[in-house]
Amino acid sequence: MPENISIRIDGEYVAAQEGQTILEVARAGGKYIPTLCWLAGTSSVGACRLCIVEVSGVGRLLPACTTPVQDGMSVTTTSEKLTQYRRIAIEFLFSERNHVCAVCVSNNHCELQAMAQKLGVTSVRYPYAYPKLGVDVSHPRYVLDHNRCILCTRCVRVCTEVEGAHVWDVSGRGIRSMIVCDMNRPWAQASSCTNCGKCVQVCPTGALAEKGFAVDEMVKQDHNMTRLTARRGGHS
Amino acid sequence: MRKLVIDPVTRIEGHAKIDIYLDDAGHVTDTHFHVTQMRGFEKFTEGRPFYEMPAITARICGICPVSHLLASAKACDAIMAVAPPPAGVKLRELIHCAQFVQSHALSFFHLSAPDLLLGFDSDPAHRNIFGLIEQNPDMARAGVALRKFGQEIIQGLAQERVHPSWIVPGGVNAPLDSGVRDRILAGLPAARALAERTLAYFKTVLDQFEEEIANFGTAPTMYAGLVDPSGGLQWYDGLLKFRDAAGATVATDIPARDYTQYIGEAAMRDSYLKAPYYKPIGYPDGVYRVGPLARLNVADMFGTPEADRELAEFRQRYGPMVHSAFHFHYARLIELLHGLEKIEVLLNDPEILNKHVRSRASVNSLEGVGVIEAPRGVLIHHYKVDEEGAIKWVNLIVATGHNNLAINASVKQVAQHFIDGEHFKEGMLNRVSAVVRAYDPCLSCSTHANGMPALQLVLRGPDGRVISTEG
Repeated sequence: MPENISIRIDGEYVAAQEGQTILEVARAGGKYIPTLCWLAGTSSVGACRLCIVEVSGVGRLLPACTTPVQDGMSVTTTSEKLTQYRRIAIEFLFSERNHVCAVCVSNNHCELQAMAQKLGVTSVRYPYAYPKLGVDVSHPRYVLDHNRCILCTRCVRVCTEVEGAHVWDVSGRGIRSMIVCDMNRPWAQASSCTNCGKCVQVCPTGALAEKGFAVDEMVKQDHNMTRLTARRGGHS
Repeated sequence: MRKLVIDPVTRIEGHAKIDIYLDDAGHVTDTHFHVTQMRGFEKFTEGRPFYEMPAITARICGICPVSHLLASAKACDAIMAVAPPPAGVKLRELIHCAQFVQSHALSFFHLSAPDLLLGFDSDPAHRNIFGLIEQNPDMARAGVALRKFGQEIIQGLAQERVHPSWIVPGGVNAPLDSGVRDRILAGLPAARALAERTLAYFKTVLDQFEEEIANFGTAPTMYAGLVDPSGGLQWYDGLLKFRDAAGATVATDIPARDYTQYIGEAAMRDSYLKAPYYKPIGYPDGVYRVGPLARLNVADMFGTPEADRELAEFRQRYGPMVHSAFHFHYARLIELLHGLEKIEVLLNDPEILNKHVRSRASVNSLEGVGVIEAPRGVLIHHYKVDEEGAIKWVNLIVATGHNNLAINASVKQVAQHFIDGEHFKEGMLNRVSAVVRAYDPCLSCSTHANGMPALQLVLRGPDGRVISTEG
């Protein structure tokens, strides 16, 4: 049995169990921490840095989704500093790739766009990288547009951990990281793909979308995913 | 040699510059109309899924995004090899008419009315929409109201006024609500009255512009436009037809996909705007014009009673083939009326409320061409895709492009007639700008290109010295 411990979140005492992450404890206690790469039912990777929190006695900001709680820990989830850093994280995501909301299939149904609005990001202060990236339209039903990918790896995790196919992975390092299909083949040639579409439905942006949807039309059907993952024990 | 520079040319859509060369006696020897922007839509859309093209190419223009959306959606229909359901076609036609109303209202009232109603020689500081509001508030209000009416129809149909994502490959993405239909119908009589009143007024002032009418781009050219099989004017879906300057039909019943047999494009050394020409004659003699005046010259009738009555009067005044670019204004006002009549016809068709408004398919053809009449003339979107639907190649020919050679010739004619380098007055240069305005060019569209300031006029003397710049 995991040991019961107690931590403070924004000054309030909250009951927790050893092995839980700050995010899990905060969510259970009704505390909101913004997330983008986190996906219910899959492992956490701390990729997006939106769930960063302040922990007393620790000089740097820590991602709530991957940091385990410790007895007596005191966590701050909301502060001016955190908001600033979360905005920066969003701005970096926008500047890294070619996110053009106005002509995106996921416009108005995009988690990145919604999060930017929620955090009050009205402009990007960093120069855009404008990388020249391709669009994989080879699959008969789905499209992968690297221009809109934020490397959250939700697709990688849902495909590996829920579907059990492990079609997706990440190649390269740092800013050159790219989502790849099987051993970096066009999607249509990925022999491991079961065409289930889970990756498409959990993708927070228009990077993975169903084919034939025009601008604004791609509404992700992630409620099926919630049902699926709810049946998996051990994960929330 | 001296040189006059109009830079930028104002009250047009997009950015251009005009150079006017003078000899020692102050007479105009040559002119150059430069379009100074480059945008690159044909290149950077390569690789995109074809069904994203309507939304992307709509961004070419904020005045006529609906035209690009429709031409693009028609090219996509051709790639999918589907016909949109009848209600989808009618709704596309309806939004297209609304676009004509708002765009023509903008061109006439906001951009050209200051010249026509305040005078070509009036104080340039007041020769704009604000001066118009001061001097002729009723006319300014009519312009604002008509543009608003057109924009509100677009908003009612598509939920967005600019760049609506409602127009999609295969049709439109939502049916028309009967409440919206009734609201538009309720607003129609007032809009009709404004259009009719403006046209009546315009006819009364025409006589003041005899010199402009006689010298604004009067060189006879060929004309191109879309017509239906009976020769009636078509804005949304017709077959391309060319008439020569004398009015003889030289090519007709041209389906969209065959446009390349008739239209060639020449690149120009000093402009980002290419110069399309009529291929059987070749460059540079194959000059043809498109747009409101061209449509009136190419089509036999409008097919709506009031517009046809006005067309008959127009032809009675000026004959069956009218060449003066000044009459683009007249033609535009008649078309404005036709647009409002056509909106009424479409809304009273019970089919317009049908819920089946979209056909779906994936790639069935590797090439698609969409041709429509934009407010400024024939608009062509031509795409090639691979089997998976990724764009491989794009060609866009935009209305103002077709008129490029004719605008150049018109600028020269107006400059030669009106400009006297020895007794120089600002109003002379304004007439040069005004003939460009008569074509209502959309230069940002025609180059699908990246931004710079608006149209500039440069007047240079024989030694190359700049005498004057406007803009």
